[in-house]
Amino acid sequence: MVSETVGIRSYGAYVPMLRLPLAAIAGGRRGGAGGGERAVANFDEDSVTMAVAAATDCLRGIDRSSLGGVLFASTSYPYKEKQAASVVAKALDLPRDIVTADFSGSLRAGTTAFRSALDAVKAGSARNVLVVASDCRMGAPRSALERNFGDGAAAFLVSDADAAVTVSQHHSVADEIIDVWRLETDAFVRSWEDRFVVEHGYQRNLVDAVHGVLRKAGLTPKDFAKAVFYGPDARSHAAVARALGLDAKTQIEDPMFGRLGNCGAAFAPMLLIAALEKARGGQRLLWASYGDGADTFVLQVTEQVERLRDRRGMSWHLARRAELGDYDKYLSFRNLQPSEFDRRAGAGVSATVHYRDRDEDISFRGHRCRRCGTMQFPFQRVCFSCHAKDDFDQVRLSDREGKVLSFTFDFFAGSPDPPLIVTMIEAEGGARTYLQMTDASPKELKLELPVEFTFRKIHEYGGTPNYFWKCTPVR
Amino acid sequence: MKDAIRDQVAIVGMGCCKFGENWDQSPEDMIVEAAYEAYEDAGIDNPQERIEAVFCGSVYPSKGTAEVADALKLFGRPVSMVQNYCATGTDAFRYGVFAVACGMYDTVLVVGFDKPKDRGVSGPNVQTAGVRGLPMTPAGWFSLCAARYFDTYGAGREDLARIAVKNHHNGTLAPKSMLKREITVEDVLKAPIISWPFGLYDCCAQSDGAAVAVLTRRELAKGFRDDYVLVRAVAIALAPNPQSDPTFDFLRWKPTVYAAKQTYEQAGIGNPFKEIDIAQVHDCFTLTELLTYEDLGFCEKGSAKEHIASGTFALAGELPVNTDGGLKTFGHPTGATGVRMLYENYKQLQGKAGPRQVKNATVALSHNIGGAPQTCGMTIVAMP
Repeated sequence: MVSETVGIRSYGAYVPMLRLPLAAIAGGRRGGAGGGERAVANFDEDSVTMAVAAATDCLRGIDRSSLGGVLFASTSYPYKEKQAASVVAKALDLPRDIVTADFSGSLRAGTTAFRSALDAVKAGSARNVLVVASDCRMGAPRSALERNFGDGAAAFLVSDADAAVTVSQHHSVADEIIDVWRLETDAFVRSWEDRFVVEHGYQRNLVDAVHGVLRKAGLTPKDFAKAVFYGPDARSHAAVARALGLDAKTQIEDPMFGRLGNCGAAFAPMLLIAALEKARGGQRLLWASYGDGADTFVLQVTEQVERLRDRRGMSWHLARRAELGDYDKYLSFRNLQPSEFDRRAGAGVSATVHYRDRDEDISFRGHRCRRCGTMQFPFQRVCFSCHAKDDFDQVRLSDREGKVLSFTFDFFAGSPDPPLIVTMIEAEGGARTYLQMTDASPKELKLELPVEFTFRKIHEYGGTPNYFWKCTPVR
Repeated sequence: MKDAIRDQVAIVGMGCCKFGENWDQSPEDMIVEAAYEAYEDAGIDNPQERIEAVFCGSVYPSKGTAEVADALKLFGRPVSMVQNYCATGTDAFRYGVFAVACGMYDTVLVVGFDKPKDRGVSGPNVQTAGVRGLPMTPAGWFSLCAARYFDTYGAGREDLARIAVKNHHNGTLAPKSMLKREITVEDVLKAPIISWPFGLYDCCAQSDGAAVAVLTRRELAKGFRDDYVLVRAVAIALAPNPQSDPTFDFLRWKPTVYAAKQTYEQAGIGNPFKEIDIAQVHDCFTLTELLTYEDLGFCEKGSAKEHIASGTFALAGELPVNTDGGLKTFGHPTGATGVRMLYENYKQLQGKAGPRQVKNATVALSHNIGGAPQTCGMTIVAMP
């Protein structure tokens, strides 16, 4: 049976700032597309960077050295071979002696990773496991799938204590069906005919799995404050709610079609966070996700959920939005537009330089001189201020705020979204860094502007996502 | 001894090829053109016998020292090459001065050259081996003092524009400059932004060029010519990268401040504004020239805009700066630029600067700043 104390100790979410109007995808033809918008990753974001952002939200105020594992779930990680969880763990500056694993290939990967974390913590193999689901899927340009998808990420810290949510039952079903898929050589998600996919894939599996978990738990649909579940689109989602006998007015967590989009493996986790932001201790939630079968959970919200009200979660991110009205720009963000300057050209980064610099470039640590206290970035052998040699402590900068010391708007440096905002930043405590600013407009720039740090693709030379930190205004 | 080299070494010949997009010239062509002008100027008709050592500066060499040795057929003697960002030419000159001053050689050649236009790109190469310190665009680097300086001292793009207008004017009077077109403040302000606050006209272009100096010991100078020019000071100073310097104030460029201190000590200069008659300073961007006025002590920190408005640094002003139009009109073949500045100062001191001649100039300063920026090279040359 399921432990009473193991559960979600913390959560965090991420939705990119940009929204692509569905009408822009339809070429301005409102008729076919309707109103509404979808969340869309900026040109420097991918499933890894969004995962780091959601995990950072989740780990606010939590001692990162207490983590024992990172499970990363996505269908859209850039590498076919090379782990994402290890990049996420490094960007979060987690200890090295942790378990990392990727869950992929299925829209259900997020909830499956969650269940594995639960099993690991219950079994005592780790006390705190970070589960982070993130997706940035691509439909073919101007296709229905492109309109349907959204980009985003969700993170849960599954722990053996301080649970804001416990899991009182779970149930999964597996299914073999060709509904949506993407081969190694496919750039875009492919799909079989809608009605078949929805009826025989999504609806049938989800309903079967929910019935299974209800049977195990001895509960009926009426016993839940909210049902939070995946749906490929608003209509199919509503149909499942009806089939389960849930009250559409009071019991359904809004799947936010027309605002967010179907965020793939991160979708059900993101919706759960939206529900937890409003949930109160004592409430029971039904949570379900679909993909090659279905995962279902009976969740019990505890009073500890109040402790998490400072999470940005879904509501903060949904409120922070900027419209990307230019569809051509979206195409170039996704490298779908031939360009004079191919962002993926060139030899790319030196793996050996990356290896030597990863504590600075990926974990974003600086040095603090043990003699005079001067903070410096990157690492130094000899202190800038007092010239002490090799006498430094490494200090994480990524979770500090900073302020703008100087800036320029560079139209000459290549960018799919010119001008590139280039800044000199002083992090709290003193370390100075030369950073690009993202998710910002030149109009916002002023001296002393408070910023925070965000993990991004700095470039894609060599065809690989090459990550570093940028800054973004504190909002 | 801070004055150990003061007035010990003389420039007895100089040459400079026409700067520009020299599509039909190889680096060797430009080197030969500049070197043979310098030989002729120095009255040397047997360079293979007279030149004992060669000090070269180039940031984009295609072969290195062999490029110079092969072009000039100077074999069987040392040919060395230095790189020091935009101060490369000045640093090559410095090695030449020291080699003569120490008595090792009687006569040496300094060759500064670069051929960036053979690379097929309109700006510097973008290096992508790493992820940090990007973008690597000089306009972006050199603009990093703008926001803070403007905020502190109330200067703006118009003040920068007047520097570009002045240098464009001076360039029309220099036969070897690349750009020969008068511009207006309005032209500068309306041009497309490259990296704020720099528009197109706030930036110098890349160009190809070579410049050469013949140096000898002071006692031997008379054997070459009567109007030789003495080297009073030559200095290089490095400063921390402003992108990681924990104490940088974004109101000055430290390399210039450091190099100026050394240079003035060597030359025994206490009041540069009074004691220096003309200056060629590194106007890679208009703001660089503005900050240099102050960092060299020509005027108080924050007061440059008043001097720009009143014409202090114009050709007819009290301290004419960039009398040949500077990097703005010559472009910036990195290794050549420092030596090209010496060429202008040499011609001005000799009274051979034609329509841009500054009257009664006897002490001249040159200045380069480069990198992020982290390095500065300076010289002071003077009539005996």
